Amino acid sequence: MIAGAGVAGCTGGPDGGSESASGGTTGTASSADTVKIGVLEDQSGNFALVGDPKHKASMLAIQEINNNGGIGGREIEPVTRDPQSDNQRYQELTRDFINEEDVDVLWAGYSSATREAIRPIINRNEQLYFYTTQYEGGVCDSTTFACGPTARQQLGSVLPYLREEFGPEIYTIAADYNFGQLSADWVRVLADENDAEVVGEEFIPLSESSFGSVINNIQDADPDFVMSMLVGANHTSFYEQKASAGLEVPIGTSTAMAQGYEHRRLDPPAMANIYAGVNYMEEVPTESNTGDGGFADRYYEKYPDAPYLNEEAETNYFTTYMYKQAVEQAGTIEQPEVIEALESGISLGTERAPEAPEGETIELDGATHHVDHHMWVLRADQEHNIEEITNRKIPEQFLSETVGCDLREEDEQTQYTPRDYFEEAE
Amino acid sequence: MVNGLNLAFQFLDSFAFIVLAAAGLAIIFGIMGVINLAHGEFILMGAYGTTLAVTKLGLPLPVAMGVGALVTAGFGLIVERTIISGFVPNWLGQRTIGRDLIDPLYDRLADSMVATFGLSLIMVQGARILFGNSIETVATPLGNVAYGEFSYSTYRVVLAGVSIAILVAVYYLFTRTDYGMRARATIQDEDTAKALGVDTERIYMTTFAVGSGLAGLTGALFAPVLSMQPTLGDQFLVEAFVAVVVGGPSVVLGTALSGGALGLVNATVTNLLDSTTFGRIGLLVVAILALRFLPEGITGFIERIRARRQEGE
Repeated sequence: MIAGAGVAGCTGGPDGGSESASGGTTGTASSADTVKIGVLEDQSGNFALVGDPKHKASMLAIQEINNNGGIGGREIEPVTRDPQSDNQRYQELTRDFINEEDVDVLWAGYSSATREAIRPIINRNEQLYFYTTQYEGGVCDSTTFACGPTARQQLGSVLPYLREEFGPEIYTIAADYNFGQLSADWVRVLADENDAEVVGEEFIPLSESSFGSVINNIQDADPDFVMSMLVGANHTSFYEQKASAGLEVPIGTSTAMAQGYEHRRLDPPAMANIYAGVNYMEEVPTESNTGDGGFADRYYEKYPDAPYLNEEAETNYFTTYMYKQAVEQAGTIEQPEVIEALESGISLGTERAPEAPEGETIELDGATHHVDHHMWVLRADQEHNIEEITNRKIPEQFLSETVGCDLREEDEQTQYTPRDYFEEAE
Repeated sequence: MVNGLNLAFQFLDSFAFIVLAAAGLAIIFGIMGVINLAHGEFILMGAYGTTLAVTKLGLPLPVAMGVGALVTAGFGLIVERTIISGFVPNWLGQRTIGRDLIDPLYDRLADSMVATFGLSLIMVQGARILFGNSIETVATPLGNVAYGEFSYSTYRVVLAGVSIAILVAVYYLFTRTDYGMRARATIQDEDTAKALGVDTERIYMTTFAVGSGLAGLTGALFAPVLSMQPTLGDQFLVEAFVAVVVGGPSVVLGTALSGGALGLVNATVTNLLDSTTFGRIGLLVVAILALRFLPEGITGFIERIRARRQEGE
């Protein structure tokens, strides 16, 4: 039951009372033999639907690590509050976690708007910070590790496939804020690279939930496929409405299904013929994910009533293990040393990175603080069953190849955008 | 390129959305002088009631919609008795400490805002605790109308018809029935109405329940087209308040006219510029202009012209 966690909103500790609560650490002062991990993920408000699985997955990783002797012999002490999807509250809590709680590492935030709201605070305090949502890309920041897949990785997995399969004409619909705008720029860049063309583009306010005119515009443009970067609860109505209007064009997306599990929430066939380019969904068919005792099994064992295990939850999970590996390599929890260890390049096998197929790994790229993900194209059929179309490893490319960001050489706190480097994006 | 049929369908869609969003609020705010900031959550209750009646009880959709509306009307009744009129707490107060605990919130605009805002927070979080971050959505019925390369969801068009039917029904209720006569008398001059034997307590109670029920019906009607999650009521609030304020004092005519005008602007701008963003901007600009130049709303303006003409005669 989601009950308690959402309302209390103020008390620390993982829900369900895991080991750390009874494991002998008392008081809030950080003692020398614990590692303090701050986790700020939304459990109420607009992003609760997608943020709550992130919180749960962090707690799962922490519980597993503590059960296996902690990090280099130290027990993890999780510190968590509910930021309520409110950026101002995020800022207050980030300050509080850094200054009062003195956390050793911080996971925080769902949306790009939240990340940008707290990044100045992170920067001033040189706080080690993991941002774990899939996002537009381009953040080159010396203490921030943006470990979700970027737009170039996600769209770069699904767009080339749809181009091959259905034809060159693309219609883009995207949420009208920084994530949606920059993602649409990436669609144009990728269209150019794949010999395709964007024939129409529409940005939709987050408050909009009537899509009659959008559907008409798509019918008017008659594209070979649609790229959808719609975001949030109101935009979910699009899929229901396009189905009832009889719009049957294939749709590629970096946002639907993997985050808000629309294929489980909506009646079929609303999501039929939608192709998600993602690093992870609960249905990703790897042995370490759906196999016996795999990631999905362990998650539902801890949270039997959880509705879904989403893309971002997996990123929270494996980054906790990346942090563990870095601390053990550095032999200290001092942040500059841990960052140096992370920058030396951390690699996780299938055991801790459920998105990776057997025998493969995912790597943290030390220069850019991004992850070379295994990207999957997954399609929902008429009954909303998820089937695998393709999968391959796609490295982060924008910062490493185009911009030339190397945080091991030079400290930066910049977010680069495709407009600065590609004329198609202008 | 302007496609006339597209524009017509988009107008009907927008008109239905605005009228249905405003219907319950127009009665509670327009008639009773209570700014109900929990209006969106009354819509939420209607939508959840309908969806759960379909998915959990297996009722057919139209019956489930009735259930959703009735549940919300019943809830509105409870809210009126406890929070708005203070009848229940005052009854308890009289029994225990011998005095009333709260004053009724009728015609106390600012106070009613604070109370109903609190109620809305409780309802959103309550829905989250009871049902989680989302519930399963029911599919939209009725298929689509296809014309050339275009098509439109039939259900959205039906909603436009339903919204007109609701306006007619409300008009009939408040002008042609005994209850409507008493309700209008109570609102115009409560003391005189009371002196003439109208049970004003009961009128307030019923009217609030009717307004709540209409909000619930809106939620019920939109249940098959929206994503079911606890904050779904938010998307109706702007349209609802703008429509009521632009409409002015006459509830039915005001809602119909402002729904027509705002819907037309929204649909036309959206259609011409191919952008829902500009459609929304257009709608709000018209609302600002209307409030600047017609501070009493469209129907207030009509009243004034009519009064002036009568003076001239």
